[in-house]
Amino acid sequence: MLKDITLGQYFPMDSVVHRMDARFKIIITLLFLVMLFWGQHVPTLLFGFAFVLLATVCSKIPPKMIVKSIKPIVPILIFTGLLNLFLLEGGEIYWQWKFLRISEQGIQTSVFMVVRICLLIAGTSLLTYTTSPIVLTDAIEALLSPLKKLKLPVHELAMMMTIALRFIPTLIEETDKIMSAQKARGADMESGGLVKRAKALVPILIPLFVSAFRRAEELALAMECRCYHGGEGRTRLRQLKSGLRDYIALAIMLAMLAAVIVINALMK
Amino acid sequence: MPILEAKNLTYTYSIGSPFEKTAVDHIDLQIEAGEFIGVIGHTGSGKSTLMQMLNGLLKPTDGTVLLEGKDIWAKGADRRAVRFQVGLVFQYPEYQLFEETVYRDIAFGPKNMGLGETEIDRRVRETAEAVGLSEALLDKAPYALSGGQKRRAAIAGVMAMEPKVLILDEPCAGLDPKGRMKILSQLRDYHRRTGCTVLLVSHSMEDVAKYVSKLLVLSHAKVVSFDTPAKVFADGERLTEMGLALPQITRVFHGLRARGFDIPDEVYTVKYGAELLLQMLKGGGPGC
Repeated sequence: MLKDITLGQYFPMDSVVHRMDARFKIIITLLFLVMLFWGQHVPTLLFGFAFVLLATVCSKIPPKMIVKSIKPIVPILIFTGLLNLFLLEGGEIYWQWKFLRISEQGIQTSVFMVVRICLLIAGTSLLTYTTSPIVLTDAIEALLSPLKKLKLPVHELAMMMTIALRFIPTLIEETDKIMSAQKARGADMESGGLVKRAKALVPILIPLFVSAFRRAEELALAMECRCYHGGEGRTRLRQLKSGLRDYIALAIMLAMLAAVIVINALMK
Repeated sequence: MPILEAKNLTYTYSIGSPFEKTAVDHIDLQIEAGEFIGVIGHTGSGKSTLMQMLNGLLKPTDGTVLLEGKDIWAKGADRRAVRFQVGLVFQYPEYQLFEETVYRDIAFGPKNMGLGETEIDRRVRETAEAVGLSEALLDKAPYALSGGQKRRAAIAGVMAMEPKVLILDEPCAGLDPKGRMKILSQLRDYHRRTGCTVLLVSHSMEDVAKYVSKLLVLSHAKVVSFDTPAKVFADGERLTEMGLALPQITRVFHGLRARGFDIPDEVYTVKYGAELLLQMLKGGGPGC
């Protein structure tokens, strides 16, 4: 049951998007978000939709997976949609009851918001679907490296992130095992009130913490045995390399962003 | 009627994903009350999965598990009660210790059964003694114990539920020979004293051969044989092919047979082997 949780949700495939430089993918995703929120008009959504479509096709990710990524936020979508729909005023008013009303502006904004959030989630999921968590942290480290000048421990932070990601599946497996072991001794986790359920977690959390600390200690020791001494002068197994496809992708993104800015200015 | 029965039992992990794997493949099994069974198989042969289905922790993909003739997954069946009757000690059980004292940790199972104070106290003290933990250790924190003591405290935690069937998944993994011997002989004594059914999972023939009355051999999710150790070890070649090593003494005797000595092929304890050899030497058998 715990095994079914997908974390990092990397979807391994051999595609153009998977092979892209992760640094570029992060920058492009950030620009994509900027574009979505900068644009105030319908063409923005069309651009966004076209971009997600293109990226999905190029990445060979099944469209089902994209839909799946949007599913968890459906309640938020409904909430934002209804809020905008009933509370905004402006333009022609079609229906009114006390402080609730449906106006032209309301319909427009609520549709716009919902589509915008969907695109936002789809776009960012594409990043995590096509980039393994380890590569992603590498890229974040590379992008943040200018901050080293400000004495920010960028490498250490990235290493911590990598280790945390690496140990999530291990700890999930461990939790599963401990849960089974305590269930075999009659631990009851499925019934009872809130207090009883919280108490039932103790036999799981304590062994889990103990084992997490034990693992941390072992890992620290193993790293020291292999002379780990931080980021200074450290070379990499996986080099981040940028190529023509990365620049083309970035150019497409920048062109769309520019177009959105121009449209904004023209339609004012 | 067998105490525990598996019919057509199957378990498949991650159905429908690329990682789909059948760990237990249509297994039929009948375990009679009071037996001491050794379960052996190479890594990934489905031992642990099978054991977790026998006490209702995993729901079979197909097939049924019958405890004293009753389907444990039947509608309205109380799976928690099943787990009290079929006690399962996991691999590295010391990682499940969590209470402040050893006493309270052993009492966790009996307490979950809803037993009274005096009954719990009796069970804790009895099982602690059975696994060789002294009274003084009962008030200590589990983390103050040595590795072998922790292991035995965790085993006591399951024994204290006084299950009709006790399953132990590799109880000796990672222990030194002395610790292994201690746990195995304590298990044998426990089995003799209580008469309960014991299933001992291991991949070491050497360990189990001496103690068990029957051997269940698993390979690639299927039962290869389920018989007395003598009969199972007689077919040594097949076991070796499956990546399971025979006990040393059995290998010696198989080697002697191959060199033309007229001796049985089912020797699996040093004691029996020594007797046979002495007899042969006295009688001046062939080649002596």
